Amino acid sequence: MANRRRFLSVALAAGSTLAAGELARAAADGGDDRPNALGAPLSPYGSPSPFERSVVRVATTLTPTKFSSWDFTPLQDLHGTITPNGLFFERNHGGVPEIDPAEHRLLVHGLVDNPAIFTMDDLRRYPPVSAIHFVECSGNGLTEWSKPTGKTVQLTHGLLSCAEWTGVSVSTLLRDVGVKSGAAWVLAEGADAPLMDRSIPLEKMMDDAIIAYAQNGEALRPEQGYPLRLILPGFEGNMNVKWLRRLKVGSAPFYTREETAKYTDLLANGQARMFTFVMEAKSVITQPSGGMQIHARGERAISGLAWSGRGAIRRVEVSTDGGNRWSAAQLQEPILSKALTRFVFPWKWSGEEAVLQSRCYDETGYVQPTLAQLVRVRGVNSVYHLNAIQSWHVASDGTVTNVHA
Amino acid sequence: MHKTILVAVLLAGALFPVMLPASPTASGIGQSPTAAQITNWNVDVSASGAGLPAGQGAVAQGQLLYAARCAACHGASGAGGPMDRLVGGAGSLTAAKPVKTVGSYWPHATTLFDYIRRAMPFDSPGTLTNDQVYALTAYLLYLNGIVSENAVMNARTLPSVVMPNRENFTEEDPRPDAP
Repeated sequence: MANRRRFLSVALAAGSTLAAGELARAAADGGDDRPNALGAPLSPYGSPSPFERSVVRVATTLTPTKFSSWDFTPLQDLHGTITPNGLFFERNHGGVPEIDPAEHRLLVHGLVDNPAIFTMDDLRRYPPVSAIHFVECSGNGLTEWSKPTGKTVQLTHGLLSCAEWTGVSVSTLLRDVGVKSGAAWVLAEGADAPLMDRSIPLEKMMDDAIIAYAQNGEALRPEQGYPLRLILPGFEGNMNVKWLRRLKVGSAPFYTREETAKYTDLLANGQARMFTFVMEAKSVITQPSGGMQIHARGERAISGLAWSGRGAIRRVEVSTDGGNRWSAAQLQEPILSKALTRFVFPWKWSGEEAVLQSRCYDETGYVQPTLAQLVRVRGVNSVYHLNAIQSWHVASDGTVTNVHA
Repeated sequence: MHKTILVAVLLAGALFPVMLPASPTASGIGQSPTAAQITNWNVDVSASGAGLPAGQGAVAQGQLLYAARCAACHGASGAGGPMDRLVGGAGSLTAAKPVKTVGSYWPHATTLFDYIRRAMPFDSPGTLTNDQVYALTAYLLYLNGIVSENAVMNARTLPSVVMPNRENFTEEDPRPDAP
């Protein structure tokens, strides 16, 4: 107050012609470091800050068309374990269909007592179930078998996302129509242009499969299967059929193109593994990771994600010397079955070269293998199911790059 | 009193089918599909040949169709570009760069019919007749040296085609990877 009075008297004495706004600012006691104007009004549907415009999905350059292709989740920019719906990775085989939920139907037939057809309203009459699960494309990391290729964790591991799914238990639906004896497989088919379809063991369908209509609390996004998709916790992404319109119960696999010509794992001896459904335990450090620059020595928490299609993550270890010494990382709650688990590891960067790695153990005792161990049994032409330990090289100038170590 | 309840129950019973269409499920949720609804969507073909429709197609017809509907994406003789290569690659699966095609890799000929019918041509799926799909299937099998140039594919002949790589698929447990 004393200052203000002194300023006013000086200004008056000088016969100054200060603009009204300037006067008001100068007269305020709140200081300069605060807003002096209103922010934006309410908006019907929120969007990320304009300062986050670089946090986006990035498409592969490997496909000749964007209508049968994939894009990657920016894992390096995300926190915790839930993927925002707009950043959930995409994979489709014939574009994203626009489906009116009022017109959509789910047909359940084949080896069932009573074939039935359901509207979306019908499906919402069943008791809803919600569960948090990751979805990972089995082609995640396909560029990394022979040499380090992806420059960022988005490109090496970004065909991976995690959400809370809400819908109907498949077991509820199948019990309701009645499954006949002899039934062993279920064909799930989408309403997209190529009617993408996969065969799923009945056992899995009766275990924990969900027909989901919601993702992280809102309706599925179109690119995630709106209005209906199958969620098979822990199974390769391709089987989580989007735009689901038909379940046909049968006694044998249907040997669709996607489970024979694609999504089979060619071994070095020319044989190919078929029906390799489960995404085995895997982890990756997302902070720091490829393409980043470490600017300061000293404290720098390492953080990353671990997951297993077999159940819960039990332990994650981190090495900063290329796998010679391993130390346990801290697992953040919640640690859920077949969901992403966040791990953190305190680290002090000395300014010297380092090779950062993580490896995880799941509840079955399975240990994430090294790339060398994996290549020994699979060769380098498997394409799918690469779950090896990832290495990030930190140069003495702080540059972080993807390496095989 | 009893009479009133009885009348109400009978009345409700009579009205019930009008108010709610009969549901086939135990819960009463959902409806019985019509025969047409099942027929329209029940397009899958099994390795046994179950689901193959009537009709047939020959290699020569397939060659003409291929040039018109497929060659732009898969190459003049199925050698690929820009989309998947469909022909060749025999003996390459153990090579440094395996060439996985219909001939070198696919285990079942029936899958070829199923996939063309459900998903091809890429930008206009569902626009081929069953005869055309049989013809294209025949032509692609011919280009891969699996059937003769006089071959005619139909619900009887297609399931009997033995694909060269059929025996090289394994369903072994992938867990032995664990260190």
